[in-house]
Amino acid sequence: MTLDQLKPGQRATVETVRGEGSAVYQRLMEMGVFDGADIEVVRFAPLGDPMEVHVQGYNLSVRKIDAKHVEVRIL
Amino acid sequence: MAAHLRPHENMSDPVKTTRTIAVIGNPNTGKSTLFNALTGLKQHVGNYPGVTVERKVGTAKLDDKTSVELIDLPGTYSLAARSPDEMIAVDVLLSQMPGSPTIDAILAIADASNPERNFYLISQLLELGLPVVVALNMLDVAETKGLKVDLEKIEHALGCPVVGLCANKGKGLDDLKAALRKALDKGKKPSGSLPQFPKTMDAEIDALHADLNTQAAVIGRPINRLEAFRALVDKGGHAEERLTAKLGATFTASLTERRARASKTPLPAEEVRTRYAWVKAALADAIVRPAQPPATGSDSIDKWVTHWFTGSLIFLVLMFIVFECIFSFANVPMEWIKTVFGAIGKGVASNLREGPFKSLIETGIIKGVGAVLVFLPQICLLFFFIAVMEDCGYMARAAFLMDRLLSRVGLSGKSFIPMLSSFACAVPGIMATRTIENWRDRLTTIIVAPLMSCSARLPVYTLMIYAFIPAESTILFSWLGTRGFVLFCMYFVGIIVAVPVAWILKKTLLKGETPPFLIELPSYKMPDWRGVLFRVWDRAKAFVVRAGTIILAVNIVVWALAYFPHSDEIGNRYTTHRSMLDEQRKARMVFADARLADAARLLSMPKSDGLISAITQSYKYDTIRDEALKALEASDKDEATKKKEAAEIDAKHAESLDALSKVSGIRPIWYQAVEIREARTFKKKEDAEAQANWVEATRLLDGQESAEFLQTSYFARMGKTIEPAFKPLGWDWRISMAALASFPAREVIVATLGTIFGQDGGDEVNAESVSLQKAMQKAEWDRTSASQPRRKLFNIPVALSIMVFFALCSQCAATLATIKRETNSWWWPAFSFTYMTALAYLAAMLTYQIGMKYF
Repeated sequence: MTLDQLKPGQRATVETVRGEGSAVYQRLMEMGVFDGADIEVVRFAPLGDPMEVHVQGYNLSVRKIDAKHVEVRIL
Repeated sequence: MAAHLRPHENMSDPVKTTRTIAVIGNPNTGKSTLFNALTGLKQHVGNYPGVTVERKVGTAKLDDKTSVELIDLPGTYSLAARSPDEMIAVDVLLSQMPGSPTIDAILAIADASNPERNFYLISQLLELGLPVVVALNMLDVAETKGLKVDLEKIEHALGCPVVGLCANKGKGLDDLKAALRKALDKGKKPSGSLPQFPKTMDAEIDALHADLNTQAAVIGRPINRLEAFRALVDKGGHAEERLTAKLGATFTASLTERRARASKTPLPAEEVRTRYAWVKAALADAIVRPAQPPATGSDSIDKWVTHWFTGSLIFLVLMFIVFECIFSFANVPMEWIKTVFGAIGKGVASNLREGPFKSLIETGIIKGVGAVLVFLPQICLLFFFIAVMEDCGYMARAAFLMDRLLSRVGLSGKSFIPMLSSFACAVPGIMATRTIENWRDRLTTIIVAPLMSCSARLPVYTLMIYAFIPAESTILFSWLGTRGFVLFCMYFVGIIVAVPVAWILKKTLLKGETPPFLIELPSYKMPDWRGVLFRVWDRAKAFVVRAGTIILAVNIVVWALAYFPHSDEIGNRYTTHRSMLDEQRKARMVFADARLADAARLLSMPKSDGLISAITQSYKYDTIRDEALKALEASDKDEATKKKEAAEIDAKHAESLDALSKVSGIRPIWYQAVEIREARTFKKKEDAEAQANWVEATRLLDGQESAEFLQTSYFARMGKTIEPAFKPLGWDWRISMAALASFPAREVIVATLGTIFGQDGGDEVNAESVSLQKAMQKAEWDRTSASQPRRKLFNIPVALSIMVFFALCSQCAATLATIKRETNSWWWPAFSFTYMTALAYLAAMLTYQIGMKYF
């Protein structure tokens, strides 16, 4: 299951981030979306994209296309 | 200081007397507020060579004796760099940035309310071996989130000073200054724990470091361990890229081998995991989270602000306000500036003799300065709103809401405000692209923004539409007024063209990986008003100084082209005409004066007894008449009878006076009195008419003179020369010349057309001038011989082609100057000018050619 498939309010743990070598990969992890991190989906933007997630104690906006890189396990 | 951290002394600063502190931190940590609080107005902004990143340096007084230099580095989440822009922070910190002084200490700013992500960067900074002072800002926000922060524990874990702050409330600043002074004096490196990377990883980094330094000669400088670290870990990053540029493909191959040896799992993941583990350990007891985080004010606000309905509504209202401010409200001060400078110009010029110098001062220089300053209201208003929205946190939400629309063209939500502003004026819009960190996105936005029809294009549209599209005309089965529809279309043209241009740019010149759109949605907070005003002032100053000089220079060049050669022959001819008009006026007034003098002379003839009794008698006749008329008026007779009888009374009166004058033999004095009264009235009327006619004729003459001067100017010669190129667009040399004259500033076209068509004599011509519209409607193509058929110059396809040209063409020196300043290069404004002009030409030609088939 990938991050973009979650629904608002769902909490999950990040299993792995794919896309090694790309900017998304490194940046997502640096921002706190890495293996073992807790993540919660807050909402999706009115136009459907991007999505807002709660991670490392703050709110992050992620595009669905980038969220696809994140494998999660629902809590 | 460990020698390896300062590979070479900065060449331009061999004897450094002031110490330098680099200020670095995540975005949204209040870094600007803190920087402003520390440096006040003693800031200086420039550019780093070769990149679009702004270099911000300031002087701070740590105490009465100590002044230090502060370098504000761009907000960043990590030192891992994927582009030259992102590498700036690394190079400055390592004191290997040309032109940048050696760094003596680091001031790291962190947001106490989400410490984990902030400390990720701090863990990287602690490894540099420089003294670090951590400023933990926004303690008040942390408190509302229920976080308990123990500064001492953090100090102990990190082994460096940690100061708590609420920068926008001014709390903690003195402690911070003291800590910085101490750090500089002692020069103590951080003494706490550092992230422990896997041994294999450390080994490979060390080996790479050593290897690179053996090739320092080829690379051109010694290599710091940080650079080796980044080259190894950031696969596809900029550190690797620039080393490969110097060392060749073998370097990349060796890197791949090292990476395989360093770790089984991808290195970036190792780094992230290790650092966050370190952060967790360092902050373990120091920052305590409540079990259940309290619902913060920010969360409740966001429920409305990002809600699909209310959020969109709030967004539309706010954007409308921003737009209206730039589009309409700014007009008041703008008009005021134009008036003031026009008056100053006239005032100064009135003291000068007629001639090129006077014209240069009035039209070239003073008007030119006015042309720069006139942008200030729009810039200040826009940046005021942007600063407030950024500070309070709304900006991130706006980008969040708009991102989907903009990602379709390869941009991100951050491009929205610049694009929107450009519908009012591209100058502040382009300046607003600063918030876009990714340089490709930023450049694309800058290149595309001028396509949005700005407010200066509106007068052209208005003039053409009013003059050539009938008011009653409608389309779509009479539903839509054609005028409104055409106006809308012109605005739409810009948007329609912008989409493929942005798309092509991103696929060709600005090709590169799409940067991830990852932004923090920070907690809402009250703006720091002093900081806001400071930022507004800063932007305004930057514009005036940088862009202003170019705009002024262009204005002067344009003046020269339009003024010279200013043939004496024409001037003399018109001076002669003017004298003639003046003569005519005077002659008429003289005649009226003569008549009055005659009447007065007759009045001064000697009075005899017979004359006096005749006068007395005539007064009696006057009284009889007046009383008879009064009695008639008061009577009950009907209108027709009254009229008849009044006429009879008047006739009898005239008869009596006639008889009296025959008997007395000389003209009684009351005739002369009447004659004087009539002569006076005549004189008044003649004077007024003569004056009015003279004013009107002079106005027309001035208009013709200006037109002739312009038509013989260098500009006109240029227009005539390029006329063949513009024939396919349906233009003659006059329109071509007007378009040429509009290149520095498109709004000039209305005044230029006014002059060309002879309307320049009196008040300033504007788009709504009916006289100009009529003149244009009547205008015809020049004929080389009388036998050629007459042909109207303007028709609907021509009007449309002019509008389309103006919609797309790059006709704004201010915009080009701003692009130059923001991109720190001449290439991009040149590119912008070229592609837009080419597009405009093609589109206008197509419009005309297709239009001629239908109209």
